[in-house]
Amino acid sequence: MEKKRILWRGELTTQRSLSIRGLFCLSSGISWLMFFLMLPGLLFVAVSFATRGDHGELVWQFSLESYERLMGFSLFGWTPDYLLILWRSVEVAFITTLIAVLLSYPLSFFIASRPAKSRYMWLTLVIVPFWTNMVIRTYAWFYLLSPDLPLAKLACALGFIPEGTPLYPNVFAVYLGMVTVFLPFVVLPLYSSVERLDWSLVEAAQDLYSSRMRVFMQAILPQTAPGLAVGIILTFVPAMATFVVPDLLGGAKYMLVGNLIQQQFGASRDWPFGAAVSLGLMILTMISLQIYSRKGKEIEIV
Amino acid sequence: MNTNKEKNLTIQNVVKTFGKVEVLKTVNQVVKAGEFFTLLGPSGCGKTTLLRIIAGLEIPTTGSIILGTDDITSLPATKRHVNMVFQSYALFPHLTIYENIAFGLRSRKINADEIKRRVAEGLEMLRLESLQDRMPDQLSGGQKQRVSLARALVNEPDILLLDEPMSALDAKLRSQVQEDLRRLQRKLGTTFIMVTHDQDEALVCSDRIAVMNGGVIVQCGTPEEVYDYPCNKFVAEFLGAANMLKAKRVEGGVETELGFFCLEKMPEWSEGLVTIRPEWIKIRESRPERNGVLATVDDVVYRGTNFDLFLSPGNLRVRTSANKNFRVGDTIWLELTAGDLVALGD
Repeated sequence: MEKKRILWRGELTTQRSLSIRGLFCLSSGISWLMFFLMLPGLLFVAVSFATRGDHGELVWQFSLESYERLMGFSLFGWTPDYLLILWRSVEVAFITTLIAVLLSYPLSFFIASRPAKSRYMWLTLVIVPFWTNMVIRTYAWFYLLSPDLPLAKLACALGFIPEGTPLYPNVFAVYLGMVTVFLPFVVLPLYSSVERLDWSLVEAAQDLYSSRMRVFMQAILPQTAPGLAVGIILTFVPAMATFVVPDLLGGAKYMLVGNLIQQQFGASRDWPFGAAVSLGLMILTMISLQIYSRKGKEIEIV
Repeated sequence: MNTNKEKNLTIQNVVKTFGKVEVLKTVNQVVKAGEFFTLLGPSGCGKTTLLRIIAGLEIPTTGSIILGTDDITSLPATKRHVNMVFQSYALFPHLTIYENIAFGLRSRKINADEIKRRVAEGLEMLRLESLQDRMPDQLSGGQKQRVSLARALVNEPDILLLDEPMSALDAKLRSQVQEDLRRLQRKLGTTFIMVTHDQDEALVCSDRIAVMNGGVIVQCGTPEEVYDYPCNKFVAEFLGAANMLKAKRVEGGVETELGFFCLEKMPEWSEGLVTIRPEWIKIRESRPERNGVLATVDDVVYRGTNFDLFLSPGNLRVRTSANKNFRVGDTIWLELTAGDLVALGD
């Protein structure tokens, strides 16, 4: 008879009973992911290789047409339109993330340096926008950027826009809207890192003749990197796919991949192409995050 | 190693307040170039604040800090040629030991060959060669402390500051490190200023000790001076066990609850305290000529190197060598010699 190995994991147990119990605990989560993420995802891949019928219905006939279109090949020759939209989405997401990070550092330090009592008030102020729907928040910019208010007047005085026009739709308004939406996603995780900052490292860097930049790079950045990474991912990934803000504040000309996808599943009724664009976006997001994690490590070592 | 050995540090009328709390109340002190100077006091006495002011990490509310002939009061830490060993060591967790030690030299953009040479020197001086490629979290407390020391010393500072450098070490290592520190300081000739609340550490390491309490320096002197001739009750008790006797001044000595005692140095007060260390009280076979007390042993405590006897009257503590056997209830003659009894000020 084989001898069972008895293990100690807070109680006396065997490897077998431990695995069974572990699987049992995980089963609900795994099946949720299987049914509501993996299956629809695979279905999506399948849809992207299907064909659109004449009336927008799905025809289950294998074709690479959607991908050809995404790459820019159509009946009328090659155009980079869709690739440009994809690239522009990466660019917008990148710049939005960058601005949000640059604003979040001073803000996090400001909040962390308040007395304990008022700290929560400041944090609440950062969270308050979440209590309103994003569409409504974005519409609020329409009013704030209207011709009679100082922002538009200032832009007019500086010669950016003709008199009597609002400060939208344009790229500036898109970034304004995007940063507003995503700022809390960077501030909150960054704040949690800043709050736990070991200041003796900052003092040690100062004591060892560091410039301000060096103090930041060597004493602050490495310590806040975990919070920063969470903030960057929470901002960059949804920013890639966002469509409400660029749709409202960017106007028809400023199309991002989010708008494109929405259009395919909505007005155009072209599910195969929509699915193909979505997969393209997913792959692009993964590539970007891969690049980020490599570069991120390099920066920490420097 | 150091080119600026002749720079004294002068602390002039330094006051520091945080909000309404006065942490330092007018501190004046000169630290001589090349000495091992210790700020000793209980927590909250302002010793760390004073050290941080010298480091440039705090700016005094009023008063000034003068190094050599330069007023450095408002010179930020980044530009001060003073380096610190932090209580938590504050090693950069993402850098190797080698890079940690090279940190200050790299900040000052010293050329690569020079950095190599000086880091190698620092590694050798503190026996860290074999650890140079490790990360800080792979080191023991004692090793981290040595890295922290090396990181400060390779910059060849005018003054090395040590903030409770041994508080995170276990007792056995601590006594080893105390001797190492002292030897290192003698070898380098750099001014060391150490903050500690441990009187043994202060006595072992220092050339001079400044005892601090309540934001002021209460007494400053060599270890012998502060231990043998404490100026008041606080200093006497902080530096070790001390017997306290309430006394009235009379002709030729003092009158206490244990009787009349002659003193070598007469007090200035008419009523106050006299003190004597437990190890200075002598046990006699018979009644001594002067300053004798007949006492009964209440308790005997064995402490390894000696016995501590607690005796009445007066709740005296007497430290005696281990080979004498006393039992509770024994009656013995004690002599509190005139030279060992010290009258305390306020």
